[in-house]
Amino acid sequence: MTVGQWLPTALAAHAPVLLVAVPLILSTPAAILRTGRAGWAIALSGALLALLCAVELFLATRADGAVISYALGGWPPPFGIEFRVDGLNAALLLLLTGAAVLALIFARPSVENEINADKRSLFYSAFLVSLSGLAGVAITGDAFNLFVFLEISSIPTYALIAMGANRDRRALTSAFNYLVMGAIGATFFVIGVGFLYMATGTLNMADLARLLVDMDGDRVVRMGFAFILVGLGLKAALFPLHLWLPGAYAYAPSFVTVFLATTATKVAFYVIIRFSFDVFAIDSGFVVNALTYVVTPLAIAGMIVASAQALFQTDVRRLLAYSSVAQAGYMMLGLGMGSQAGVSAGVLHLINHALMKGVLFMALGAFAISYGVRRIENCKGLGMMMPMTASAFTLGALSLIGVPFTVGFISKFYLIQAALAQGWIFAVAAILISSVLAVFYCYRILVNLWVTPIPEGRRDLAQPTPYLILVPLVGLALANLVFGVHAAPLVDIAETAAAAAINAGTGS
Amino acid sequence: MPDILAVLNGVSPAWFLIVAGLLAWGAPWSPVRKALMLIGPCFALLAWFATHETGVYGVIDLGPFQLETFRFDSLSRIWVLVFILIAFINGVYALHERNRMTDGAALIYAGAAVGAVLSGDLLTLFFFWELTALASAPLIFAAGAPMAHRAGLRYLAIQVLSGVLLLAGAAVWASQTGSWGCDAIGVDSAAGVMLLLAFGVKAGFPLLHMWLPDAYPKATGVGSVVLSAFTTKLAVYALARGFAGEGALIAIGLVMAVFPIVFALVSNDLRQTLAYALINQLGFMVVGVGLGNELALNGAAANAFVGVIYMALMFMTLGAVLHRTGTVKATELGGLFKSMPVTGVCAIIGALSVAGVPLFSGFVAKTLILSGAHYAHNDLAYAILVYASAGVMELSVLKVVYCAFFGEARHHQVREAPQTMLLGMALAAFLCVYLGVDYRALYELLPFGIDDYEPYKLNNVFGQVQLLLGGAFVFALAVGFKLFPLKSDHTILDADWFYRRLGDGAARWGKAMGELLVHAINTALTAGVARLRARLFNLFNPAGALSREFPSGLMALWTAIMLAAVLLVSYFSPMS
Repeated sequence: MTVGQWLPTALAAHAPVLLVAVPLILSTPAAILRTGRAGWAIALSGALLALLCAVELFLATRADGAVISYALGGWPPPFGIEFRVDGLNAALLLLLTGAAVLALIFARPSVENEINADKRSLFYSAFLVSLSGLAGVAITGDAFNLFVFLEISSIPTYALIAMGANRDRRALTSAFNYLVMGAIGATFFVIGVGFLYMATGTLNMADLARLLVDMDGDRVVRMGFAFILVGLGLKAALFPLHLWLPGAYAYAPSFVTVFLATTATKVAFYVIIRFSFDVFAIDSGFVVNALTYVVTPLAIAGMIVASAQALFQTDVRRLLAYSSVAQAGYMMLGLGMGSQAGVSAGVLHLINHALMKGVLFMALGAFAISYGVRRIENCKGLGMMMPMTASAFTLGALSLIGVPFTVGFISKFYLIQAALAQGWIFAVAAILISSVLAVFYCYRILVNLWVTPIPEGRRDLAQPTPYLILVPLVGLALANLVFGVHAAPLVDIAETAAAAAINAGTGS
Repeated sequence: MPDILAVLNGVSPAWFLIVAGLLAWGAPWSPVRKALMLIGPCFALLAWFATHETGVYGVIDLGPFQLETFRFDSLSRIWVLVFILIAFINGVYALHERNRMTDGAALIYAGAAVGAVLSGDLLTLFFFWELTALASAPLIFAAGAPMAHRAGLRYLAIQVLSGVLLLAGAAVWASQTGSWGCDAIGVDSAAGVMLLLAFGVKAGFPLLHMWLPDAYPKATGVGSVVLSAFTTKLAVYALARGFAGEGALIAIGLVMAVFPIVFALVSNDLRQTLAYALINQLGFMVVGVGLGNELALNGAAANAFVGVIYMALMFMTLGAVLHRTGTVKATELGGLFKSMPVTGVCAIIGALSVAGVPLFSGFVAKTLILSGAHYAHNDLAYAILVYASAGVMELSVLKVVYCAFFGEARHHQVREAPQTMLLGMALAAFLCVYLGVDYRALYELLPFGIDDYEPYKLNNVFGQVQLLLGGAFVFALAVGFKLFPLKSDHTILDADWFYRRLGDGAARWGKAMGELLVHAINTALTAGVARLRARLFNLFNPAGALSREFPSGLMALWTAIMLAAVLLVSYFSPMS
């Protein structure tokens, strides 16, 4: 594939740092301006610029094994901080910035509905910082710098979730819980990085990878790995470290949930891949064993238990949040296989899950704006009153179940293939059981949407869905279909990413 | 015109039929539907002509799967052509009928059958396979009678079951061989046996055939025409694809060619008689597939081609009779030739074709299979087929023609069939005669070139005529002894006795016993289930043990436990 360069060369050369810096810098004027509309415009332009940079980086890394290394401040790695983009995180950056743009389009009507006018610009400012932090986590090639960006992304996220307190005071406890858990996770991560630094004397990830190849037996290295895996597992909501997630997703403002569900855990998942396969060599015994005997059983337990929990929820967003935990289990399962096919399936499910949960949470946001719907039984008859939104929701739900011709089917298919190649019949069984549970919990909502008649008095309240919601919603829903039929592009991205993760781990 | 052909090159004819069918289903105006029923097949035929080169077109890339929707080769070509032709003829024949359900269904059904023939892989085949089942069921339901409704349900269940078998077999096959391709399969593996059974259900294998004489006589007059054309011939095609040269098929086919004779003769419903004659026809084709040499495969293809047309013609004449008199019971018909002469002539042409009289289409196709058996030195098969062609075919169709149009008049004062029906029948009758005379046109379509084969050789013709005369003699004797029509009107149960009587009885007994048991268990279980459900709910509900907002301390504890687990595992891991 041709290495496209479509930004001017001067900009393209600095695309890695611009991707992180632009949202970070724009967060200041957004905070100063004090009007919601202006804050929104600035946030959207920031996200769009970041998306431009991400596209540029993505195109530049399409060539086989192409790696972009950017030395921050001109200090060459491993002494200075390095931003490093390869096939794996280029895809993630594209997903992150793309999701941010779509979520921001959705944000204007949603935020105007949910956030007080005087807080809106601050809200967007916090969002920009969070976006910048997530992008930094995804792009940096320095382990300690990664910790810093992890914190940069987390702290505004706590604030964003707490903003949901307008409608539901439980948002405050959820945000607090998340804060404590996030702090524990980040601390674990930084302790792990400390151990690695102690053992190797370097913080640059490529440099670490090179040195760690020969340090397989080192207890300190193993200790470091354990801390890093658990710390990131917490961020990625690996069962049973997911306990912060349902509350955070359920009570945060709709826009925050859309953004978090499509990006935040995905970024943490990426870091786990980066460390397990790239920094630590996957062929060292302790990494494989940890993935096989700890991550895989937990992933499977998460897929089934969280799905069962979703089954019994009454709040739609909580239901979907538990489903997200189960879906994170799918991704972890792919990772736990430790094979290229497994990682590729995991990355594919990561992208696809972002597509389907984006649709589902956006549609819920639309329901909430129009009718204040939060509970399952309140969804009655919405199919008649908001046919477009309800159809999009239905598409997302079908995709979540894994119905053929949707993206959900594609990634489950690849996961099953990878599990079969591994000879893991139990994993296939778990995927199928979890899918059946998904059928049931989606059925509960869909029946209410389409089958049960509209309750008395509801009809008069009919309000059209704002276009700013419909456009990204329908676009995402169609993406679920299009990539479900024409799956080659996403599969290609996932395979490139997996190849980048695994082949880069040679320490070269 | 060439431009249109260039555009249509590589477009599957199935889509035209299916799209026309969907439109017809939605169209509330009868003239529009009728026009669609004629235009759809015309476009499909154009697409058939436009695609000159054999090859695979219309590949849909579905991520892990490549769906080949249009595999055009020497084998699929002939089946597609005859399916399109019969869809058109049926369109003409059905012009008088005002039924939204059957119009659309017949077109979709035809399209699905064409699509199934053209599919290059088992998944696509499965899709169209089930579509034929779903689209054909309305043709039976549309007859309206409660009996038709029940028969339709039985039919649908068996057809869908066949599809499920097909999918299961395909999945096992793909996991064993890594390919979804629909090519030679063979019965060496479990997957092969499953696929053979799936095809066998539709092909009317003995003991799997019950749906055929059960459902076809209960469909609408137009419906039975379409039904007779597609499903079974599609199955023969699938067999020829997957199991050509499979020895077991010879035995199966021979049984199919012989056993229907009794049922065909005693059945009082003339359409049921025809259904049994159809199984006999299928037996010939299955034998041809089983023999597997080029001559026999050609014979199977040729038989399928002409068989679709003359069986449709026979069902059309009976449909016309049904339309005018309201019955096709042998005991209630007779002497209709005077009032419906054109229909009668068409029926005679159809019967002569079925029987394989020289100069009619049945002859040129049947001799191919007979020669194939001869060529393979399978004398037993040869002898049985000769007997079957004389006995079953001739007797059964002669019975139909005799009982309906001749014999004792039953005072039906009816008019000739509507013009459009006559036109449809005339088209089919013309093809029957034309293909019998200009047999080269037929032979050129066959999968394997046979330029040097000559059906009208002296011994061929004489042998066939002798057989026919022998059969006619037997028939004359039967008429002489007043065996036709049988005096009573009764339902014949053959192998379906097992599932309709034995199965029904067992089901009744089981139901009674089951109710007792269920009652006993219910009282015991209700309490238990309620308790279990309450437990689950306690565990999982929003306020339950597993879903509560956890205090952060507990979460930290989990984190510590997990850290311990990872540490333990990584400490005790060996060095690589």
